[in-house]
Amino acid sequence: MNTDAAIHHDDAHHDDVPKGFVHRWLFATNHKDIGTMYLVLALVMFFIGGAMAMVIRAELFKPGLQLVQPYFFNELTTLHGLIMIFGAIMPAFVGLANWQIPLMVGAPDMALPRMNNLSFWILPFAFLLILSTLFMPGGAVAGGWVMYPPLILQTGESLAFTIFAIHLMGISSIMGAINIIATILNLRAPGMDLLKMPLFVWTWLITAFLLIAIMPVLAGAVTMLLTDRYFGTNFFNAAGGGDVLLYEHIFWFFGHPEVYVMILPAFGVISEVIPTFARKPIFGYKPMVYATASIAFLSFIVWAHHMFTTGLPVGAQLFFMYATMLISVPTGVKVFNWVATMWKGSMTFETPMLFAVAFVILFTIGGFSGLMLGLVPADYQYHNSYFVVAHFHYVLVSGAAFGIMTGVYYWLPKWSGHMYSERWGKIHFWLSAISVNVLFFPQHFLGLAGMPRRIPDYNVAFADWNMVSSIGGFVFGASQLIFVGNIIYTVYFARDKAPARVWEGARGLEWEVPSPAPHHTFSTPPTILPGMLAHGDITH
Amino acid sequence: MSQQAGAYYIPHGSRWPIIAAVGLFIFMWGAAHWLDGIEPEGPILLFTGLAIIIFMKFGWFGEVIRESQRGAFNAQVDVSFRMGMMWFIFSEVMFFGAFFGALFYSRGLQVPWLSGEGHGALTNYYLFRGYTGGWPTAGPDAIGGAFKTVPAWGEPLLNTLLLLSSSVTITIAHHALRDGHRRRMLVFLAATPILGALFLWFQAHEYIDAYTHLNLTLHSGIYGATFFLLTGFHGLHVTLGTIMLLVILYRTWRGDFSKEHHFAFEAVAWYWHFVDIVWLGLFLFVYIL
Repeated sequence: MNTDAAIHHDDAHHDDVPKGFVHRWLFATNHKDIGTMYLVLALVMFFIGGAMAMVIRAELFKPGLQLVQPYFFNELTTLHGLIMIFGAIMPAFVGLANWQIPLMVGAPDMALPRMNNLSFWILPFAFLLILSTLFMPGGAVAGGWVMYPPLILQTGESLAFTIFAIHLMGISSIMGAINIIATILNLRAPGMDLLKMPLFVWTWLITAFLLIAIMPVLAGAVTMLLTDRYFGTNFFNAAGGGDVLLYEHIFWFFGHPEVYVMILPAFGVISEVIPTFARKPIFGYKPMVYATASIAFLSFIVWAHHMFTTGLPVGAQLFFMYATMLISVPTGVKVFNWVATMWKGSMTFETPMLFAVAFVILFTIGGFSGLMLGLVPADYQYHNSYFVVAHFHYVLVSGAAFGIMTGVYYWLPKWSGHMYSERWGKIHFWLSAISVNVLFFPQHFLGLAGMPRRIPDYNVAFADWNMVSSIGGFVFGASQLIFVGNIIYTVYFARDKAPARVWEGARGLEWEVPSPAPHHTFSTPPTILPGMLAHGDITH
Repeated sequence: MSQQAGAYYIPHGSRWPIIAAVGLFIFMWGAAHWLDGIEPEGPILLFTGLAIIIFMKFGWFGEVIRESQRGAFNAQVDVSFRMGMMWFIFSEVMFFGAFFGALFYSRGLQVPWLSGEGHGALTNYYLFRGYTGGWPTAGPDAIGGAFKTVPAWGEPLLNTLLLLSSSVTITIAHHALRDGHRRRMLVFLAATPILGALFLWFQAHEYIDAYTHLNLTLHSGIYGATFFLLTGFHGLHVTLGTIMLLVILYRTWRGDFSKEHHFAFEAVAWYWHFVDIVWLGLFLFVYIL
């Protein structure tokens, strides 16, 4: 059975698409439909979280209190963090995984399709739960997304709702991750050996492992908050022999691998896109795999670098500092390999490639400021300042979010069957790439000058750079409307049909099926022929 | 992997996942209301959600069992189920890891620091002068009052023996299933949830004893918190495991499982062994040491 036959077989099933909203979406078991729902949810949450960011930047446009009350400001910073992490970035990557992993490994669907549906549909309810707390007596949680006790235990009615929402998100993530691991390990087409898999699949395999390891730990941490608040336990009460730092340790044991959960799949997307547009195979495929695995391993032994100023013993501070420094080695391997892939390539700069190149540069800036923060003595100054905000927004916005946009522009023609508008894609890119730097680069200066995070008002000395940052923020926020416009245009209005192999230099099984990808693909495992894969020769 | 077209079973549309999501949502929404003292909405929502979840369990598992019996699942689908269960158990291990971590941290680092060891000298001097730490402890303020711990060599030892023998009985039942000895399988499988229920009985007795005679409660400082959360979540898992065993017992009696094809049986057996291993950790670190 060769691939062509498989495609014809699939074409015959075109009208298998379930009829009616309820059957198609609520009862969905199809990985493409569920992937689409994840991506749409992520986009909606990106705008809800983004709207909160816009209010934050508007309030910070000049010193003094202008728009919102301080407590509401704190609710916004807290919910902005929770929503962007759990509602926008993670679901977007799971959406990409749902669409792409079965297509990339030649699987008929995800391994456990019904559980796939459940892991998606839990999420809208979880966010309903967490957003509803904004309207409760006492307001939403306002102690920052990290939810440190004892401050967070002073929250009103909304604490239990928030904690249960986090439990729901955790259940969803664990089930999604189990599904991804089972799909990758069990449903690969014959010949798709582990070390011939696309790098996006590799990064997701490792990410899924991280998720299963850490989400239960977060669940444990917030459960202790819950029992301390409602059942009178003393986990975080020193008078009872507990310790608030216990929470920080457990939380960051989750929290640090979590940041790799949000960046490793982006690494995977970039590792797909750069070879395509450089028209060269990725430089150092195996080192890329091993680097990803090393980063994942190291991510478990660096958590206390978030806690250098809490009075850890010096030996512990040194250990966590050196372990943190060590992560820059495999990360450096990745950055150098992306650059080496571009070296002497026949490069073209379509929108996905522009985003990918911007990712490499801007993520590296975020990585460097991370190194600075990882140095114990330097962190004593930077801690809790806008420098930290600048650092993690470089890795999460111009890193993770740019990685998602790269993936969406790269695969949207495959999903929709139409080409997006290249002109508007480029406008979106340039506006985003410039404004994101106007938005976040000045925050480095603010932080170094001593401006703390999570405050609605500030010393007039910080006025100028805050105004610049806010202007960048408004432009960045507005530019994302172009993104939505381009997606809507592509899906509903675009005329030009995308070919099966959308990009000249693209290799991999997803480019062997027609565009748009039929509702069911690879019902029969494809026969992989020489030259189909991006890495690894099938004949060996 | 050689397979025919469509050999990997893909269910086309199912109502159960969305019912599960709604049920979970209502359950948690109700739990949050109840904790905030909003009654009667809280308990009503919680039990409605619970009812939906139980209804969903019957429906979803029933659907899967019917599919299995008409031979929809090939060996590859079976592997997916196995991976699903294994990784789920791994996630459970990490959940208990958070609470074991809390125990080790409090006992090994936090309480010594509060009592003035290492860099905790000034903390102790200024805030908790006279506190000497040690384990068990309810902290410098002795929150919850003086208490005694549950002796390891009484009921906990008995419970260890009960759970260990239940692991043996389910393994004998599994071997009997594979060898086709129906009677032996049923006897040993039936013994397992009985041992589990006995464990829970003694555990409940131990809790009552702790509250009424030892003054060991959830409020007894860090010791009470770690003790009750660790043993409590474990007890919850034994409860779920016992229910799962009863379901499997019923299905075995009904003749659902063949020598080769009995994933559900094995999944429950794995889960039961996991619960057993967690208990060994508890017995060592919570009761003995």
